[in-house]
Amino acid sequence: MEYLKKYPKLFQWLFLLAVFFGLCFSIDVPETYKFIRGQAEFVKDPNQSVYFFLGKEVRYYAFDVFWRLPPLLGWLPIWINDSLFFLMNEWMPMEFWNEDTQEFKTRPLLLQISRNLTSFMTFLIELIREILLGGLETIVAFTSWDFIDAYPWLELPGLPWTIVAAGATILSYKLSGRGLALFAGLTMIYISLFGQWKPSMQTLSFILVAAPLSFIFGLGLGIAAYKSKRVEKALYPILLVMQTMPQYAVLVPALVLFGVGDHAAVIITMVVAVPPMILLTILGLRAIPPEVIEAGRMSGCTNWQLMLKVLIPTARRDILIGVNQVIMVCFSMAVISAFIGAKGLGFNLLLALNQLNIGLALEAGLCISLIAILLDKMSLAWANKQTDYFGNLTFFQRNKNVIFFVASFVIGIVLAYIGTFIFKGSFNYLFEIPHNKGISTADFWNKGVDWIFDTFFVYIKAFNTWLIQDVLQPMRALYLRMPAVATLVLVVGAGYIIGGIRSSLVVCGLTLFIALSPWWDRALVTFYMATFGVVISCLIGFSVGTLCFQNKKSAAFMLGVCDIFQTFPSFVYLIPVMMLFGITDTSVLIAVIVYATIPATRYTIEGLRSVPIGLHEAATMSGVNKFQRLTKIEFPLAFPHMMLGLNQTIVFALFMVIIGAFIGTEDLGQYILKALSDKNGAGIGLTLGICVAFIGLIFDNLIRTWVSQRKKQLGID
Amino acid sequence: MSETVIKCESVYKIFGNNAKKMLDEANGNVDAKTFQEKGCIVGVNNASFEVAKGEMLVVMGLSGSGKSTLLRCISRLTDATGGKIFIEGQDLLELNNKELIDLRRNKMGMVFQSFALLPHKTVVENIAFPLQVKGTSTEDSISRAMEMVKLVGLDGRENYFPRELSGGQQQRVGIARSLAVEPDIWFLDEPFSALDPLIRKEMQDEFLRLQEKLQKTIMFITHDFDEALKLADRIAIMKDGIIEQLDTPANIVLNPATEYVRKFTEEVPREKVLVIEDVMDSPSKDNLGDLKVSKDEIIENVAEKILTQEKIVEVIDSNNNVVGSIKPSKIIDTVFGGRNNGS
Repeated sequence: MEYLKKYPKLFQWLFLLAVFFGLCFSIDVPETYKFIRGQAEFVKDPNQSVYFFLGKEVRYYAFDVFWRLPPLLGWLPIWINDSLFFLMNEWMPMEFWNEDTQEFKTRPLLLQISRNLTSFMTFLIELIREILLGGLETIVAFTSWDFIDAYPWLELPGLPWTIVAAGATILSYKLSGRGLALFAGLTMIYISLFGQWKPSMQTLSFILVAAPLSFIFGLGLGIAAYKSKRVEKALYPILLVMQTMPQYAVLVPALVLFGVGDHAAVIITMVVAVPPMILLTILGLRAIPPEVIEAGRMSGCTNWQLMLKVLIPTARRDILIGVNQVIMVCFSMAVISAFIGAKGLGFNLLLALNQLNIGLALEAGLCISLIAILLDKMSLAWANKQTDYFGNLTFFQRNKNVIFFVASFVIGIVLAYIGTFIFKGSFNYLFEIPHNKGISTADFWNKGVDWIFDTFFVYIKAFNTWLIQDVLQPMRALYLRMPAVATLVLVVGAGYIIGGIRSSLVVCGLTLFIALSPWWDRALVTFYMATFGVVISCLIGFSVGTLCFQNKKSAAFMLGVCDIFQTFPSFVYLIPVMMLFGITDTSVLIAVIVYATIPATRYTIEGLRSVPIGLHEAATMSGVNKFQRLTKIEFPLAFPHMMLGLNQTIVFALFMVIIGAFIGTEDLGQYILKALSDKNGAGIGLTLGICVAFIGLIFDNLIRTWVSQRKKQLGID
Repeated sequence: MSETVIKCESVYKIFGNNAKKMLDEANGNVDAKTFQEKGCIVGVNNASFEVAKGEMLVVMGLSGSGKSTLLRCISRLTDATGGKIFIEGQDLLELNNKELIDLRRNKMGMVFQSFALLPHKTVVENIAFPLQVKGTSTEDSISRAMEMVKLVGLDGRENYFPRELSGGQQQRVGIARSLAVEPDIWFLDEPFSALDPLIRKEMQDEFLRLQEKLQKTIMFITHDFDEALKLADRIAIMKDGIIEQLDTPANIVLNPATEYVRKFTEEVPREKVLVIEDVMDSPSKDNLGDLKVSKDEIIENVAEKILTQEKIVEVIDSNNNVVGSIKPSKIIDTVFGGRNNGS
């Protein structure tokens, strides 16, 4: 009894586990049960049960309700799909003026809005694309084809690559200095020489539209939420779901609403990139000391001045992290949205991966990553820039960057013109190096991959077989062996012990949604892969983080490495693992582990760093050794922050598991990928996405509740 | 007295949902306890006072006494729940947003406890900030800001960022910023509380030097009674939102109005605060000695001289007219008297 009073939580946990395992053992696997490989709605089988709801037919394999719940929400994806189609094709028909045919035309309102939006986006992308690569559509948009015929000189070519490269270098120099300028110059030359110029500029034009728009919308909505509680309350649930929603899942609805192409990609990128921007904007604005706001008011700021000159600059740090996130998401989406027809490096990357041409994929991936890092650093430098009021500068000093750019512009054009004489009859390398004419190391890499395969095939295969047969398969079987009731009890019980009734109700709702969807088994598989990835990532991340923390320099270095790795688009992680492990679950899991280790490491270092220096000294004076200090002082205090890292690790792992479907897994991701090529897939894709998001949110809720309680107990934060 | 600059009439500030309604129902009889039971917190309770041009009013109180809230009502960083506030005869609460901004841009300056500097701007940019939001050209605002940098003695550091300065230096920037628009009214909210004692004393002296030169109308908030005595023309002592006593430092020390005020005055070295005029008696004819002291002398400086006398000492004003007299025993009374009561 004494122990019961001393550790009430421990006994609650033990009791919960006992009930869980009791349920697991007492409920037998039904004889008819098997893992369903096809989607129920497409399979017609006399063994299936059928019910109708809202006029939708739902088919499923019935089991004992303790074992698997019936898919009572099975109608939801079909219903979402039909509603979308109804909204797009039948709802609120109105008369709209059509420019091309010069007459009124009846169209549903939403379709018209979507068309206007897409043409606006297309215009923006084309504008930048034509500056970089040449083209006519923007000019035509302002004039007409007849006008172009009348004035053929308007058919301007794009900028020669030399000018763009020089421009990027000069801009980087102005923003940050020599280091970044060198990096920018080398990146541009690399892209050009390796024949990636055209796809890179296509991707760049996409990013240059998507990133600023996401930034503006995110900042605007963040400010609105900061100013009005009501807006915040309305936004918050959407933000939460969007934070954990896999990026794949939003592609399909976008396909229905906006069609195929770069414009749809921009819109969908904004949908994904805006939520983190909003959250970080709110976070930053909330953290401003009230006296700074008062100082702004007493200086006589109008509301606008207060926002632009006081609030936003003071919250700069968090807003910058937001910009960083936006850029990261944009590049990630630049690849993923190749699925819905975005052009550029992402498309090449997917194509190469599809053909198992690892060398080509590597080159494209490297290009994306380099541009991502470059833009990231440039945006950071831009935000940190200062004005110098006192320098007595000459005209040349003040305008030297402009002068240099004009000079390089002229030189670039002259070079390109000279190039037409040098490379007579062939491609003008001083203007643009075409895709297949650049240097390519693809063969080298492919041979390397082949060599690795030939040399280490036995070992790799042995490892692979061992992992799959002795670890993964049994683990997966165990997860699938869980009766639905047992899982529910476990989750709800954990919610109750950690956060009381409120928390248990929330996680119960989230779990029930997944359990009542037609994809419970799939969710379990997703969950098993994520758990495997998270456990290993945390082990690696926590130990690497702790080791690096022992030395200030190595800690800073590790954080820098995390920064760079985080800038890589998620798809890029698939390239090296496919090189080594081919198309297996092992590849996916290794990609998951590498990707998810980033937040685990980062949060460990940050958590350990946040332990107050006074405590270190107090501990040292109490005579602890290094190890004792770590276990008795630093770990307990850093643990809440490390748990937040765990939260991020779970989200990252889920993302990568879903993306891993591209290699071939049997989880929710596989269906999301299937939904992409299905014309009725919008509802399915969205519901699947919500399921994945809810898995993430269950853990998010539990971890956050625990962390905030723990932080209160420890008196930090 | 010269003209009134700040005038408060029964100012109330009550936090909570039905504050306004509850205040109306209370009929000017606000009791903090009953309000708290109904979920409202009384910040300022029936504050009425005036501040004359060039006067320094120090509002003293412990944390939670409502002193900062009172200041924020008068600068209208928060809106008072009831009562009237006049700034140079203008009804502050009637001003619309534009007029309020105009008033702040031209008439008011404020210094904050935590300095509240803009982290992304350099020293000179911070100081020029009020001018720039007003629309002054960059060149003019920077050159004016440089004058202020010199005034507060930060020459050579104008291009530093706030994070590169010590606390005292940061507050100099805060002071310079609040003075950049040459305001008539100067609000200081515990400006020296976050500084360590030596720097604090230095800043207080510097502040007095500045005030001698600038002659602003000042409301100064502090929780430090010694600071209040050192700086103030008049002191208002606040407790639970109520102004317990508003008077000159000497009167507060000599005649504390309430038990609460008396507790503060107990530990005060009176000989350092009071001048002869505060304790002298009416002129006397008999038993006069040769010594004459000025009525403006602080007691500490002349105590030794007076105490060595056996006869009554004459008190004179600056024109050598006799205005009073003082017995040596009076000095002993003043310095030691009234302390034995308790202990």
